[in-house]
Amino acid sequence: MSTPPAGPRRSIDWRRYGVAAAPFLAAVLVAMVLLLLAGVSNPFDAFRRVWEGSLGSADKIPDTLITWAPLTLAAAGLIVTFAAGLWNIGIEGQIVVGAIAAAFVAREVPGPAVVLVPLTLIAGMIGGIVWGLFAGVLKVYGKVNEIFGGLGLDFVATGMATYLIIGPWKRPGQASTSGTALFRREAWMPTIADYSWLALLVAVAAVIGVYFLMRGTSFGMKLKAVGSNPRSAFLLGIPTGRYMLGAFAVCGALAGLAGTIQATGFHHKLVPSVSGGYGFLGILVVLLAAFRAAWIAPISLFFVALSVGAVQLSYPPLELDSAIGGVLQGILVLLVLLASGLQARRFHLRSKGVGTTLVDEGAGPVLVEE
Amino acid sequence: MEELATIVASASPLVYAVVGETIAEKAGVINLSLDGSIMLSAMTGFSVSYLTGSVWLGLAGAIAVSAAIAALIAFASIELRLNQIAVGFVLTLLAADLSSFMGDSFVGEQAAHIEPMSIPLLSDIPFVGPVLFDHNLSVYGSYLAVAAAWYFLFKTRRGLELQGVGERPEAAFARGVPVNALRYLYTIVGGAFVGMAGAAFSLDVQLGWRENLTLNYGWIALAIVIFGGWHPVRAAVGCYLFGGLQLAALKLQPVLPDLSQILPILPFALMIFVLLLVYLDWFRRLGDTHPRLRRLLASDPPSGIGVAFRRE
Repeated sequence: MSTPPAGPRRSIDWRRYGVAAAPFLAAVLVAMVLLLLAGVSNPFDAFRRVWEGSLGSADKIPDTLITWAPLTLAAAGLIVTFAAGLWNIGIEGQIVVGAIAAAFVAREVPGPAVVLVPLTLIAGMIGGIVWGLFAGVLKVYGKVNEIFGGLGLDFVATGMATYLIIGPWKRPGQASTSGTALFRREAWMPTIADYSWLALLVAVAAVIGVYFLMRGTSFGMKLKAVGSNPRSAFLLGIPTGRYMLGAFAVCGALAGLAGTIQATGFHHKLVPSVSGGYGFLGILVVLLAAFRAAWIAPISLFFVALSVGAVQLSYPPLELDSAIGGVLQGILVLLVLLASGLQARRFHLRSKGVGTTLVDEGAGPVLVEE
Repeated sequence: MEELATIVASASPLVYAVVGETIAEKAGVINLSLDGSIMLSAMTGFSVSYLTGSVWLGLAGAIAVSAAIAALIAFASIELRLNQIAVGFVLTLLAADLSSFMGDSFVGEQAAHIEPMSIPLLSDIPFVGPVLFDHNLSVYGSYLAVAAAWYFLFKTRRGLELQGVGERPEAAFARGVPVNALRYLYTIVGGAFVGMAGAAFSLDVQLGWRENLTLNYGWIALAIVIFGGWHPVRAAVGCYLFGGLQLAALKLQPVLPDLSQILPILPFALMIFVLLLVYLDWFRRLGDTHPRLRRLLASDPPSGIGVAFRRE
């Protein structure tokens, strides 16, 4: 007895893969054109350098992974705020405040690594939660759009970090925006053979946690209800405001962990640009992942490989600006968005009256309006 | 008095950006890409001016870049029904990175810039003359942009039509107004103003190009549009207020040397919180108890903002 064909899901739809691959190939093409315009005679050589500068050589892999951890944490947190329909632009500030809190513990608290490292992580989480809740309170009780409230809090967080670095926490002898003095060794993220295993563990745990939070818990389900239709969620008796605050708190906690890893695992000190822009980059990761938690880990890895690897292009003989990594990321996300819109439009034209969204399971902010 | 003249000049790029965004949002399309658009336009304006020796070609290039980005947002929203915030955010980051990458070889160079040109007679008026009429074409253009946008939006038929497209697209459509065509038009026109903002930075106010030359000005412009309640004149006032905050921060640097590094950041944070203040409910309620204040207070966004219009 053979099993009957179970609808279109079982058979491999090659056209679907084609649609998925086209934006990627187009992004690579655009990058090649840009590289040619910038005077690179062989773009493939540039791609090889990016690969060897990130995942392609053994001594670069630890550097790439210590960057992967904060980006993945930020993206995991954003999955939760996006599910609630929130644009958490304040995530950059949440990372910075997490880093400040971790730096405070690393500087002020005595003790061995066994005590200090968990304490920095907890402090970072608290810092991120506080900053996330600020944006949440402004949104829920002040009716302040979270994009602008978050942006203002980003500026304030950066100002605080800069003030601490050149003021109270300045290096003995000289105040400089290059950062505080290095933390004591006991506060650094532990490593085995250059691999910051704890940072990786935290990031992996966050992804798994968010995956199950959104899939298997009543909090996650109700959050999605709040995100997809706040009014009907409210009428069904879900306290929407409290759920939004909850989303800000979860995202803030994960962003704070990202900040902790940036401070104690990467820089080993507090620097003004401690967020590394991973909050905003995380938004791109989540958009590319179409709000699905399972996809953020591999997409983050691809993104950091581009960012870390592109630094190689700034050295001789090429001496390009390493922003080409960001250009490629941006073009890729833009093209994937446009392709999904085109696909939805064709689908819509074929079966008139049925709207569709980029989002599986009807969760998250609707990217394609019905 | 000198300080006022400085504020008027240094706020001129923001004025362009805010007028452009107001027009687009009034028609119902949010162009969130401002921060990146301004940066890429600033880079384009400077590099074209550097390569051709012509400020005007530089300006044209700057306008073309931001208008193209705006057109893309309109296309994604109107044809593909994609979320305007998502597309705008991606374009913000993309345009900023593009400006860093493509502008790398122009850092530190010098190019033709907008020449000072005081207006005869008008610049001789005591007080007002030196403050308003002793600048250059870019600054005068910023006044014109505000006045023209105000007149167009509130005093012409086409302007009313534009507001209808943003407020009640269904009603406008029922009356035979081509809603989506006009949304394209006004988003692109708004983008052109954003491009002028970029050029005003690199060819006038900041002279030259370096990475992140205009960082965060686009975000401030977006905030000021809300602060201005989608009214070009009130938005312009917001720009001058921001210029004043910046100048104050600059003047305070020698007085408070400990804070000199963070003072330049403060106007950005302050401006956002001024916005939050006027957005709070109790502040809005002032308008009900004191009707004379209402014109100064924040107003609601166009009700059709951010949502694609569809016929059926």
